[in-house]
Amino acid sequence: MKNMVIRASLKNWFQLFYVHKFPAAGFKTTADGAIILQSVSNDIYQNLAVEDWIHDNMNLENRQVLYLWRNSPTVVIGRHQNPWQECNLKMMRQKNIKLARRRSGGGTVYHDLGNINLTFFTSKKKYERMENLKLVVKALKCLRPQLDVHATDRCDLLLNRNFKISGTAAKLGRTAYHHCTLLCSADRFLLSSVLKSPYKGIKSNATPSVPASVKNLFEEDPTLTCQIVMDAIAAEYAICHQIDHHVTLINPTDETVFPGINNKTKELQTWEWIYGKTPKFSISTCFSMVYKHSFLEVKVDMDVKHGRIEVCNINLPEEWLPPALCGELEKNLIGSKFCRSEMTALASALLRSCPQDYEVHRRWNLLYENMTTTLM
Amino acid sequence: MAAAAAAVLRSGSRAAGRLICVCHTRSYSSVRLLKSKYVYAFDKSAFFNHQHRLFRTSAVSDGQIVQFKLSDIGEGITEVTVKEWYVKEGDSVSQFDSICEVQSDKASVTITSRYDGIIRKLYYNLDEIAYVGKPLVDIETDVLKDVAPEEDVVETPAVSHEEHTHQEIKGHKTLATPAVRRLAMENNIKLSEVVGTGKDNRILKEDILNYLAKQTGAILPPSPKSEIIPPLPKLETAPTTPKDKAHTIPVPISKPIVFTGKDKIEPITGFHKAMVKTMSAALKIPHFGYCDEIELNQLVQLREELKPLAQARGVKLSFMPFFIKAASLALLHYPVLNTSVDENCQNITYKASHNIGIAMDTEQGLIVPNVKSVQVRSVFEIASELNRLQSLGSSGQLGTNDLTGGTFTLSNIGTIGGTYAKPVILPPEVAIGALGKMQVLPRFNRKGEVFKAQIMNVSWSADHRIIDGATMARFSNLWKSYLENPASMLLDLK
Repeated sequence: MKNMVIRASLKNWFQLFYVHKFPAAGFKTTADGAIILQSVSNDIYQNLAVEDWIHDNMNLENRQVLYLWRNSPTVVIGRHQNPWQECNLKMMRQKNIKLARRRSGGGTVYHDLGNINLTFFTSKKKYERMENLKLVVKALKCLRPQLDVHATDRCDLLLNRNFKISGTAAKLGRTAYHHCTLLCSADRFLLSSVLKSPYKGIKSNATPSVPASVKNLFEEDPTLTCQIVMDAIAAEYAICHQIDHHVTLINPTDETVFPGINNKTKELQTWEWIYGKTPKFSISTCFSMVYKHSFLEVKVDMDVKHGRIEVCNINLPEEWLPPALCGELEKNLIGSKFCRSEMTALASALLRSCPQDYEVHRRWNLLYENMTTTLM
Repeated sequence: MAAAAAAVLRSGSRAAGRLICVCHTRSYSSVRLLKSKYVYAFDKSAFFNHQHRLFRTSAVSDGQIVQFKLSDIGEGITEVTVKEWYVKEGDSVSQFDSICEVQSDKASVTITSRYDGIIRKLYYNLDEIAYVGKPLVDIETDVLKDVAPEEDVVETPAVSHEEHTHQEIKGHKTLATPAVRRLAMENNIKLSEVVGTGKDNRILKEDILNYLAKQTGAILPPSPKSEIIPPLPKLETAPTTPKDKAHTIPVPISKPIVFTGKDKIEPITGFHKAMVKTMSAALKIPHFGYCDEIELNQLVQLREELKPLAQARGVKLSFMPFFIKAASLALLHYPVLNTSVDENCQNITYKASHNIGIAMDTEQGLIVPNVKSVQVRSVFEIASELNRLQSLGSSGQLGTNDLTGGTFTLSNIGTIGGTYAKPVILPPEVAIGALGKMQVLPRFNRKGEVFKAQIMNVSWSADHRIIDGATMARFSNLWKSYLENPASMLLDLK
C-alpha cells in the first residue's frame, strides 16, 4: 500500500512537468527546486532510457534533477565513436559484457557495479559542468577530508593528482545534462584489457578516447563503498539546492511513471543505434594464413558507412580461390552489416550456390575465418 | 548576374499529392534576396472535379531564404565539429525538427530548426568545424515571420507556461500542438482557416478532420441526408401517403479516414541477398513431398528416463538428437538421400559423412548449422554438439565451419507450430525433412482401444531428378520405425 502511495505521488510529480501530454490545469504551479532520483535497475539500456525520457519530457526551466545509477558490466561508447576502435569486442562477447552507445559525446568507459554514474539535469541556461564536478569533490572531501581529489580543466576527476577516477560527457538538446562516472570499486584490470582494441588498420574521424591510468576510491580507502559515496553526493546536492536529502527510487521499466520509456529502451538496444551510428570509416589490413605448409598473404580493404559495408576488396594470391568466387564474396558483402554473425551467415549461404568442391570449401572457410578474426 | 531558373520542386514527405511549381529569378550576389516567385499549387480534389480551378495562387506567395546561424552553446564555446546531418538540401523541415548533431569537448549537441521550410544550403560537411554565430544552414520559409534576433537555438516548447507551440500567421496567433500542425501541413490546410474548439480556441486533431470533411463534402454530390423522410409518429391518424412508404435508409456520413503512413522501400542486402540466391537455386530442383505421422509415446518415455542422466553430464537432452541419429541410421540403408548432384545433373556424389543440418531461427533469419559425422556419434555426443551449436547460434558466434558442409537437413518448425509443411531443399543437398509439433491425439491401438497418442507429423521434400517416391517412402518408414520403437535402434546402432 505504501509503495502505491509513493508511486502515485511520484507519478503526479512527473505529470506536473510533462511538456506535451497534459492539459494546462496541472501547469499553473511551477515550484522551483530539485529532486534526486536513483535507479533500481542495473541494465544499461534501461538506465540510459531514463536519461532520454527526462531529456524529452521534463520541463527543467526552473527545476534540476540528480540521477544516480549503476550498471552490470558494460562498455559504453560516446555518441560519435567507433566501437571497433575503442574496445575488444571479441573479449566482450566471451565475457558477456554488453556494449551500449550513449547519446552524449566524449570517450569510452567501462561500467560495472563498482562504478557510480551521476547525471545532472538542468536547463540549457544553467548548464555548468565544472560546478557539478566541484559539488562531487566537495562531497568526497566532506566524507574523507584527507582524500586528494580535484577536477581538471578537461572535466576529469583525479585522485592523488595522477589517477583518473571520473570521466565526463554531456548532451544538449531540448535541455541539458552532464553525466560522469566515479570509480569506487570497479574491476580495474578488466577495464584496461577490455578498453584496448586489437583491431588494426581502422581509419576514421570518430571521436577517439584518451586513455588514462585509473584507480578506485576503494583502493585509497577500503571503507568507501558505492552506497556511502552515492549518499554523500546526494547529501551535498540536497544542501546546494536547499532541499531535503530524500532519494526517490525509480524503476526504469514502469510505464505509468515514464510513459513511452520501454520504446526508448528498445531503441538503445538496436543494432542500428549501437553499431549503425558509427561514423564512416575504412579498414585496411593484411594477414597471413597457413595452408598446407605454405604461407599466404591476404589483404582486405573495406569502407563501412552506417555500419554497413560500402566497398569491399579482398586481395588473394593468384588462383588460390577461383576468382569468380572471390568476386562473389566481395560483391555480396557490399550492403551487409559489418557484423560477424550476419557476414558469416551470408558467406555460408553463398557457398551453397557455388560448385561443390571440398578443397574450395576448405579454402573459403579458412579465408573467411581469418578475415573475421582479424577484422572484428 | 541574375539568372532565371524554372524548377519543379517536389517537397519531401510532408505534402503528399501536392506539386509545387516554382519559377523564380534569383540574384546570385545575395542568396537571401528573391526577386519574385509564383507559386502554383493545385489541390488534388479540385483538379479532378473543377477544371477551371486548376491553378490557384496561394495567399502567401513570397518565400524568403533565412540564414540559420549556429547559436551559443554555452561555456564560452566558439567552435564545434559537425558530426551528423539529419537533413539534406531540398528536405523540408518543421520547427523543432533535428537538423544536425555537433560535438564540442565531450558535449554532443542536437541543433533543431527554428523555422518551417525547405533546406536550401548546408554550410558544412561532416567533420568540419562550425563556428558559433556563423550560418549553419539556409532555410526557405514560406511564412512571413518576425525573425527574432539570435537567441537560444532550441525554442523549447516548455519555455512558456503553455505547453503548446504558437505560430504567427499573418499576425494571427493559432494554438496547436506540433502533431496537429504536421497533420495540417500534410493535408495542405492553413491553420488560420480552421476553427479551434479546444481551450483558448486551440486547434485539436478533430478540428482538422472536421475541416477536411467539410472540404471534400463541398465537392461531393449532395448527401443523401436531405432525402430522409422523418418517420411519422405512431399516433398519427391521418392516412399514410404512398410517399411515406418510400423511406430511404439514412446513410451515416463517415469522417474521411486520414492515414498518414507511407510505403517504405529498402534494398535487399547482406544475408537476405544471399538467401535470395540460395532459394533461387533451390527453385531449379524439382521437389516432391511425402508426409507421415509418427507416434512417439515410447520415445517420450525413454527421453524422460535419459534426461537426468544427460543433465548429470551437463547436457540438455531434447528430442532432436534421437531424430538426428535415427535419420543417420536410415541413411545407411538409403545412401542416395545423402548425396549431391553437380550443376548439370551429370554426376552424383555419394557423401561419406552424414553432416546433418538443423535449421535454427536467429536474429539474422534462418541459419543451418550442422552436426558433422553423425554416423560415428552417439546420441549423447549429438546432444552435446547440439547444445554447443545452439548456444553459439543464440550469441551470434557460429563460424563458417559449422554452417557449411551439410549433407541432409532437419527442420524442427514444430517448436514454433504447425503440423505438415512443405520444406524447400537447401542446395547442394537433395532432401529435407520438416518436423511438426507434438500433439496428444486419440488413436486406436492393436486391440482396437482408443488411447492417448503423442503424435508428430513429418514432411519430407526430395529432389525428384535422382530420388523416387518409393525410396523416400521406405526411408521414412525406417526412420519412423526407429522412433516409434527406440529399442530397435539398439540393434542397428553403430
